[in-house]
Amino acid sequence: MLAKRIIPCLDVRNGKVVKGVNFEGVKDVGDPVELAVEYNRQGADEIVFYDITASYEGRGVMLDVVRNTAKQVFVPLCVGGGISSVEDFRDTLRAGADKVSVNSQAVKNPKLISDAAEIFGSQCVVVGIDAKRNGKGGYSVFINGGRVDMNLDLGDWVKEISERGAGEICLNSIDTDGVRGGFDIEMLNFVCERVKIPVIASGGCGKLEHFSEVFEKTNSSAALAASLFHFKELTIGEVKRHLAEHNISAR
Amino acid sequence: MIAVIDYGAGNLFSVKNALDFLGIENKITAKAEDLKSADKLILPGVGAFPDAMKMLEKSGLIGTIKAEAAKKPLLGICLGMQLLFQKGYEFGETEGLGFIEGSVKLMTPENLPIPQIGWNSLEFNEPCRLLQNCKNGDYVYFVHSYAADCPSKNVAAYCDYGMKVPALVFSGNVYGAQFHPEKSGDVGLEILKSFCSL
Repeated sequence: MLAKRIIPCLDVRNGKVVKGVNFEGVKDVGDPVELAVEYNRQGADEIVFYDITASYEGRGVMLDVVRNTAKQVFVPLCVGGGISSVEDFRDTLRAGADKVSVNSQAVKNPKLISDAAEIFGSQCVVVGIDAKRNGKGGYSVFINGGRVDMNLDLGDWVKEISERGAGEICLNSIDTDGVRGGFDIEMLNFVCERVKIPVIASGGCGKLEHFSEVFEKTNSSAALAASLFHFKELTIGEVKRHLAEHNISAR
Repeated sequence: MIAVIDYGAGNLFSVKNALDFLGIENKITAKAEDLKSADKLILPGVGAFPDAMKMLEKSGLIGTIKAEAAKKPLLGICLGMQLLFQKGYEFGETEGLGFIEGSVKLMTPENLPIPQIGWNSLEFNEPCRLLQNCKNGDYVYFVHSYAADCPSKNVAAYCDYGMKVPALVFSGNVYGAQFHPEKSGDVGLEILKSFCSL
């Protein structure tokens, strides 16, 4: 049986891992390669680098981070942030990434999903989604880090993503992100019911119990967290032991 | 020296990174003389069965691979593992390298997505030296849509994906991993190490 995956996410700016409580309060928490090695040692099932650098130079630095990590870490690596073309996919995969994650650019240009899936295979195309309750009983898709409402229905979007050949969806709930009250069970179920591809839960995790909850109450394949791991509130090993105690299959 | 066979299909660098990390001398190569002078061969592969066979034919290495695999260990990884069988049924029927009895077919698990992507546990079957430092139930990383259909005697370990999927196969000197040992953490590195120390 497939194991449920625990995925630490590293936000990288100019080659440094940063974590912001809000956009003004971004602080450095370390070297991405060293952190990836440490998470690998703790038992991370996959590692996500999210490039929050907006500059061209920053991209090169990010690819170096991927290259150096791929020499020391032997679990799948996923890279996202600023990916806007098939060429970006190619450069990132060549640097040693196994998967590439697209978010805003996929909303603006959905063909990027199908083009990348056709050329590189569905297994490496992850579509990230930031979504929020629309007050009318549904959910809307946002872009640019959750700042711009695209008036796009989440149900329609996940169907299109799946039909275009994406390999996975990483669903971040704006409603629960940063609140630390648990993953958005409702929104995750809404998406899991509509697609067959794996769904990664993101946003809202604040304690150990939230990991078992998301796997017991939804069909999510993986759970992603950042600050909990960065600030050493929890280790990945602790999460794995917790899942084992709840009879959830984990590596 | 381990020759990592470069025939235009595959994730050669992650295999190389893993061997380098283990301190095992290796070379990515498309030259017959390197395959002859190597101690062992690794055949990687990502993509589709017919394209990969075509590229192997174009490389002119099939004769050398067959001759050398009679004398030294060969490890196929992912699609490279599938090519070890007699036939593949991806986009029609294609002849494989024929080292191991059986064929490669689309998986048909009920209610599970294709491809299988993720960490699945090994269920040991026949004893195999590549698993000497692993435990039954250890997790390895899979990414595939097709699976081998072959006799149980050639299967060192299966995984369960709504059906019994041959995960590690072998016949004589020839070994094949459906999973990616180079992406399977410490367990994968142990399997690579065991292969390299055969």
